[in-house]
Amino acid sequence: MAKEFKTIKTEIRLPYELAYGATWTKFFEGMENEIIYGTKCSKCGRVLVPARSFCPRCFVNTDEWVETAQEGTLTAWSYVNYSYFGQPIKPPFIGALIRLDETDVDFLHLIGGFDLSDFDLVRKTVKNGMRVKAVWSDERKGHVLDIKYFEPA
Amino acid sequence: MPGKVAIVAVAQNAGAESKDNFYDQAYVVTKEVLDKVGLTREDLGTIVSASSDIYHGGISCANSYYWETTGAFLKNASRQDGESLFAFFYGVMRILTGHYDTALIISLCKGSENPENDACTLMYTDPFYTRGIGLQETMAAAFQMRLYMERYGISEEQCAKVAVKNLQNALGNPYAHKKGRYTIDDILNSERIIDPLTAMQVAPKSEGIVAVLLASEEKARELTDKPVWFKGYGSSLDSFYLGDRDLLDGQLKNAAERAYKMAGISNPRKEIDLAEITEPYAFQELLWCEDLGFCDTGKGGEFIDSGVTQKDGDLPVNPSGGVLANNPYVSRGLQRIVEATLQLRGEAGERQVNKEVKTALAHGTHGFAGQCHAVAIIGS
Ligand SMILES: [Zn+2]
Repeated sequence: MAKEFKTIKTEIRLPYELAYGATWTKFFEGMENEIIYGTKCSKCGRVLVPARSFCPRCFVNTDEWVETAQEGTLTAWSYVNYSYFGQPIKPPFIGALIRLDETDVDFLHLIGGFDLSDFDLVRKTVKNGMRVKAVWSDERKGHVLDIKYFEPA
Repeated sequence: MPGKVAIVAVAQNAGAESKDNFYDQAYVVTKEVLDKVGLTREDLGTIVSASSDIYHGGISCANSYYWETTGAFLKNASRQDGESLFAFFYGVMRILTGHYDTALIISLCKGSENPENDACTLMYTDPFYTRGIGLQETMAAAFQMRLYMERYGISEEQCAKVAVKNLQNALGNPYAHKKGRYTIDDILNSERIIDPLTAMQVAPKSEGIVAVLLASEEKARELTDKPVWFKGYGSSLDSFYLGDRDLLDGQLKNAAERAYKMAGISNPRKEIDLAEITEPYAFQELLWCEDLGFCDTGKGGEFIDSGVTQKDGDLPVNPSGGVLANNPYVSRGLQRIVEATLQLRGEAGERQVNKEVKTALAHGTHGFAGQCHAVAIIGS
């Protein structure tokens, strides 16, 4: 909509090309093969997922790769029902933090597998503490959405 | 501390969308703060600005565009990217070196010209993993709000009460962007954009060029009869990945503890007379009050119910209307200093609280669900 005063519309578009590095590369190779990789810190014993090259808390290298469980417990969620510029997923959708079994941090992903258009149904279905499991996409390409979403287990 | 640092003048512009140009607005606010104490650009010692390229993206580069408009060209000046309360402390430190007798801290953000805040905060994420899930600041806040309500039995009504209070307080603030008399139902029945948050519990995007002029003790006595003294500062930063953090056990406690230690405050609830805090999401004011030690953990709901934080309460929180009323993203922490300074000087006009204010707290935060916090204590 035109404003009452003179304006200019502008946009910045710049192409960047970022290196995945060894840790993300292996993590996303895992995703392509229906594996969720974490890494274990030998000092504090925590399993971090997605995999990290170092433990932020102990500030030492992680030295062990772990194939994590694909099921876990819902820690936090929100029902996104609005749009903004650049939004990567079409609403409505459910963003979530999930504590995969035998891991020590929460894994950010989506909740789905049922009708998300009905918010009352969503509220009845989705509860913090509920069990969820990963649902893989048939066409995987080494991307975070190779897991389509986590569905109630 | 080796010496004393005073705030000697403050200036800000209004938060609602204006037809004015960023470059000219920065000059107007800078000129105003210098004129208030009769300082010339040549007299000015040093300058620290705060802005963020994400909130400045349409115009040039934040490191090159506005040096002359803020009086900074040919000066020993620098810039902080992100929350402006961090820049405030850099200015304090520059005075404490003994090499400058004045320092201008200026924060610049013209939110009205930007895309939605969420479009900007989506860019805080990494492109490998979290951006693909659509994580942004409001989603993280919605996670945090539900956890807060569930863990401590805080009600949606108690969260909404923050918006009712702050938007009403803003009626007395000519600089506030959003203001009005609303009921709890009005707040809860506004669009449920990202459950459990409704639209009126989320801060707008506002304009805000905010300036604070600091001076050494000797210079301050020369420039003003009403110096406001710097007493303490603390900050603390949490890790990047949201899943690594306990969203209800964040870094504000650490930041506050560090500021209280520097200021010699042992009982914040008793010793702080007024707080201006950064609550881009209504419930966060309750959670931050807990973390600041104003009430016990999990008692933020009862705390607002008690009326203590109302404008006429014993510990007014955000008598300006806070960030729900005015959200010039980068500038909001420094704006809290400006508002606290006006209250300490008795110059807050219609939003002046009735009680005597000797010690005030200003708080700023940026990042998801309070990843980074800064707390400053100032006093008369
Ligand atoms: Zn460790």
